[in-house]
Amino acid sequence: MTNSEVGKKLLSQKFYDEMKKLEPRYPTQVALLLPALHAAQDEHGWLSPEVMDEVAAYIGIHSAQVREVASFYTMYNLKPVGKYHLKVCTNVACCLRGAEELVEHVEKKYGIHCGETTHDRKFTLMEEECLGACGTAPAMMLNNDYHENLSVEQLDKILDGLE
Amino acid sequence: MTQANETLFIQHFKESSRPLSYYLEKMNGYTAAKKALVMPQDDIINEVKKSNLRGRGGAGFPTGMKWGFIPKQSAKPKYLVCNADESEPGTFKDRDLMRYTPHLLIEGMMIGGYAIGANTGYIYIRGEYTREAKLLNEAIQEAYNNGYLGKNIMGTGFNFDLTVHRGAGAYICGEETALLNSLEGKRGEPRVKPPFPAQAGAFGGPTIVNNVETLTSVPFIINHGGEWFSKLGKLEKSGGSRLFGISGHVKKPGLYELPAGGATLRQLIYDYAGGILGDKKLKAVIPGGSSAPVLTADEIDVVLDIEPMMKIGTMLGSAAIMVVSEDYCVVKLLTRISKFYAHESCGQCTPCREGTRWMEDILHRIEHGHGHEQDIQMLLDISNNINGRTLCALGDAAAGPVMSFVKKFRADFEAHIRGGKCPNA
Repeated sequence: MTNSEVGKKLLSQKFYDEMKKLEPRYPTQVALLLPALHAAQDEHGWLSPEVMDEVAAYIGIHSAQVREVASFYTMYNLKPVGKYHLKVCTNVACCLRGAEELVEHVEKKYGIHCGETTHDRKFTLMEEECLGACGTAPAMMLNNDYHENLSVEQLDKILDGLE
Repeated sequence: MTQANETLFIQHFKESSRPLSYYLEKMNGYTAAKKALVMPQDDIINEVKKSNLRGRGGAGFPTGMKWGFIPKQSAKPKYLVCNADESEPGTFKDRDLMRYTPHLLIEGMMIGGYAIGANTGYIYIRGEYTREAKLLNEAIQEAYNNGYLGKNIMGTGFNFDLTVHRGAGAYICGEETALLNSLEGKRGEPRVKPPFPAQAGAFGGPTIVNNVETLTSVPFIINHGGEWFSKLGKLEKSGGSRLFGISGHVKKPGLYELPAGGATLRQLIYDYAGGILGDKKLKAVIPGGSSAPVLTADEIDVVLDIEPMMKIGTMLGSAAIMVVSEDYCVVKLLTRISKFYAHESCGQCTPCREGTRWMEDILHRIEHGHGHEQDIQMLLDISNNINGRTLCALGDAAAGPVMSFVKKFRADFEAHIRGGKCPNA
């Protein structure tokens, strides 16, 4: 690749270094697609068409193939999300322990519905399928971190502590 | 309370168990691998067969037999893949195994890899388990640094590389061929079988896919013998102890490790998990992950093992038990379950793609008091037309709850339809 192309890159050198380390771990280049999308999203918060194009160029596949795969998985954000991405589990075990109250509380608190982002781009709220924390339900993810055994009061404490 | 049983895992479920030093000192770490990596491969497989270890992911397939399906000679490299997708609602055991005893999984995979002739292993972990993936990677690095992974492990001449591969949010990737597609960088859509993974799995090579708890049982089998492990189980066909996860309306939700077949569902709910929250009456139990047909309060004297559960028309699955008390609406519950399967259907098979959505719609209107008399029959027709007519088990998983809830709680559905609202509301 030429220097002028490097100059236009959206993904950092760290991304490319990380991928380079992973390459020998897989017998095909395409197998790097999920790890690459995770790493790209970690850098940008979401997967813009331009970022997906760059991932496609790195892997050596068509952009459409990247979109085909990215759109299959719920963790890849195909549109921008807020600084704090709340994913409240509302599957069976969490519902049995009051998850719906948590969702309603956040909806009221920030005036958004599930799937929406606040105007200041601070919070995005989503309902999540089972997080695998059923013994400590209800549970939610706040960005990459789990919060478990939640009550409305505890949730408020967590949310009000965010900058 | 029944008497104390020998447990393999649960006493180590604490943050301080994670380092290699703890594993070596307190858990006989890597002694099983040292023993196994110089054994003939068939002897290991036979020991695992003798142990009556059965897959802990849900299907309960005998692990030794599965390993035996791998061809001895293969032009393509073989792979051992750990299914750490843990996506079946109600299941939360593998998370603790990975975050507290990661080296147990590494050692189990090393032995499994050696037994089937694979030099490469992958742990496919659900994307949400970000922290667990990080902890696993740290443990793997520790193992590499100390000669427990990589080239010529412990001087045995065996090479084994292990990589953590994160999923990205898709229930279906717990299905082994969908998982393999996802590992290969594709959409997680189940494959047409045959060929089964043992013939052509990851990257076209012969592949074994085993659950986390299955693989973490292997070092114990090698160290203590298959017969010892087999005898931990209380019934003839299932060996070992296993982790039961109980959640929902019980006083003490969490993990309990019991011998396979070592307790009844009633004992687990009332003796171990402390009974129903608020001392209310039991309404329903979903006994093996949300795909398992529901049980009523009259059906809980069943022994918690694979065959007894099958005999009463449900399944032990991943031993994930969700308990529902009398004041929770079962129609609402089934609606939520159906929404899940509609959301998670990969869309390849028409009966599942369309049927799960129709069932969700019908249940939604029944729940909200807009159902029609014929809706119950329609639910049964749709579920009958999904069941057994799809490439993978998601179709059956979506149909089973609908059929069982409608059969066992029909009066609740009728009350919603006739009364125009939830009778509990």
